[in-house]
Amino acid sequence: MSLDQLYREVILDHYRSPRHSGSLEHPDAHADGHNPLCGDEISLDLTFDGDRVSDIRISGRGCSISQASASMMANAVSGMTLDEVRDLERRFKEMMSIEEGGEEIDVKVMGDLAALQGVRRFPVRIKCADLPWTTLDEALSQRS
Amino acid sequence: MIDPPLERVDLSRLRDDFPILQTEMNGRPLVYLDSAATTQKPVQVLDAMDAYYREANANVHRGAYALAQEATERYEGARGKVARFVNADSSSEIVFTRGTTSSINMVAYGWGLHHLGEGDRILLTTMEHHANVVPWQLICRHTGAELVYLPIDADYMVDLAGLDELVDSRLKIIGISGMSNVLGTIGPVAVLVEAARSVDAIVIVDGAQMVPHSPVDLPALGADFVAFGAHKMLGPTGVGALWGRPERFEEMEPAEGGGEMIRDVGLHESSWADVPHKFEAGTPPIAEAVGFGAAVDYLSAIGMDEVRRHEIDITSYALQRLAEVPDLKVYGPVDPAARGGAVSFTLADVHPHDLATILDQEGIAIRAGHHCAKPLMRVLDVPATARASFYVHSTTDEVDALVSALWEARRLFGLA
Ligand SMILES: Cc1ncc(COP(=O)(O)O)c(C=O)c1O
Repeated sequence: MSLDQLYREVILDHYRSPRHSGSLEHPDAHADGHNPLCGDEISLDLTFDGDRVSDIRISGRGCSISQASASMMANAVSGMTLDEVRDLERRFKEMMSIEEGGEEIDVKVMGDLAALQGVRRFPVRIKCADLPWTTLDEALSQRS
Repeated sequence: MIDPPLERVDLSRLRDDFPILQTEMNGRPLVYLDSAATTQKPVQVLDAMDAYYREANANVHRGAYALAQEATERYEGARGKVARFVNADSSSEIVFTRGTTSSINMVAYGWGLHHLGEGDRILLTTMEHHANVVPWQLICRHTGAELVYLPIDADYMVDLAGLDELVDSRLKIIGISGMSNVLGTIGPVAVLVEAARSVDAIVIVDGAQMVPHSPVDLPALGADFVAFGAHKMLGPTGVGALWGRPERFEEMEPAEGGGEMIRDVGLHESSWADVPHKFEAGTPPIAEAVGFGAAVDYLSAIGMDEVRRHEIDITSYALQRLAEVPDLKVYGPVDPAARGGAVSFTLADVHPHDLATILDQEGIAIRAGHHCAKPLMRVLDVPATARASFYVHSTTDEVDALVSALWEARRLFGLA
C-alpha cells in the first residue's frame, strides 16, 4: 500500500533521530528555508575544506518528510565535493519529478535518500522533500 | 418576500442537497471535515446563482430597464434576507463586502484610522485569526495606537482576569472572535461589550465562525460591528457582510471610493450615498450576494437552533471518540456547549501534515497547519495542529472514519 511506501521505517528513523542536527558557530555558509504554505522550517550551516563540505548542521521543524529529507541529505553530502553534491542534487530532483521513467534509482549512490522515492506519488508533499535541497542550494550560492 | 415555511430537515436527506458530498476523493467517499475553512454548497445555492445569471444578469443600481431592475431586486433582496437572518432592524445595517477579512478591514480603515491616535489602544485576544490581527497592526502603524491582548487560559477560554486593568480611557476598540476557528472557543462578547461601554470604546466581533454556527441576534449582542462571510455558511466565496449599528456607520468613512457609493461627484469633492451603499464602491459581487441570500434561506429552513443542536451533538461525539485514541491531544474546551465544531488536535509526534496526508488517502479532508492563527500556535507551543471541523451535514459515521484513520496513522508511525 502506498502509505506504507511513503512512511518507510528509515524515514521515521531520520525524522525521530535527525543526523547532523544543530548549528555551527562559524559557518562558511548559512541559509534558512521556509515553506510558508505548511510552516516547515530548515536552518542550515556549512563549512568547507577546499571544495569539500567538511561539516553540515541542520535544525528545523516540520513534517516527517521535510525533516527526514534534511537528515538524509546532511548525511549524504557531508564530506562530498561540490561537484558530487550537485550531481546528487540532480539525481534527487529527478527522483522527485512526477514523470515516471528517467534514470533508474541507484540505491548505492542515493543511500537512505532512495527511501524518499515514495513521496513522488504524493505531489503536494514533494515540496516538503525538496525544502532541504533548495535551502542547500541557497547556502552554496552564497559561497561562489 | 415571504420566506419558505420552516420544516425540520432530515439529516440523511439533507446530504443529498450537496452534490460534492456524493463524490469520491482518492477512491473513497469524500468525508469533508474542513467546514471551518470553507463550507460545501447545497444545490439551492448553486441554482440561485445559476438562475441569476440565466434570468436576471445586469448591473445593479444603474439601468433604467427592467432587467437591471430585476438584478437590483435580487441583490437587494439578498441583503434583506441576510439582514433578517441576523435579526437586523433594517437592511441598511448590512453592508456587502468581499468577506470577513474585508469587513474587518473596512472598520479598521473606515473607523479606526479616523478615531485613533498616539497612545490609544486596541484590545484583542491571542486566539484571533490573522484577519482580526493584521488590519489592526496596520492601523497602529498609521495612527501610533498600540495593541494589547487578553490571553487564553488553561481551559482554552479567554482569560478575563486582567481585563479591568486594560479598560481605561486609552481603550478605543475591542476586537473579539465570536467563535475560534482553531479552538472552537466561544468568545466572551457580552463581557467585553460591557467593558467597552464603560469607556466608550467600540466592539467589533469577528463572526466568521459564530454567525454560521449559532442562532444570532446581532443588535442584541451589544457589539458595534460584526463581520462575517458567506462561504463559511453554505454560500459562495467572494461575498460577506459587515453588520453595524447605524450610528457607528455614520461615524465611519468610506475606505474605498468609486462608482455606486456616491451622491454627487465634482472635480475636487464628492458626497456620499446613504449607508449601506456608501461602503459598496464599484460593481458588487451580485450573483454571490444572491447565493448568500439562498444560503441563509437554507439555514433558516433547517433552523439555527437545530444547526447548533446538531453541532453540539456531533462535537460531543467527536470529542468522546477522539479521547479513545492514545496520545491524541485536543486543543479546546471540553464542554461541547461552550464551543463550536472546530476540533484541533495533535497525535503524538506525528506532524499534522503527515496526518492530513494519511487521512487524505482515506478520503478524509481535514486541515493541517497554523489556521491563520500564528500567535495562538505560539501560545499552544505547537508549530501546527490538525483540525477537523463539522457542519450541518456531518455525521457520526464520518467521525468514526476519522478515528479509524487516526489508528492507521498510529500504525504507520509505529505507535500501535
Ligand atoms: C475566525 C475567522 N476569522 C476570519 C476568517 C477570515 O475569513 P475570510 O478568509 O473568508 O475573509 C476566518 C476564516 O478563515 C475565520 O475562521
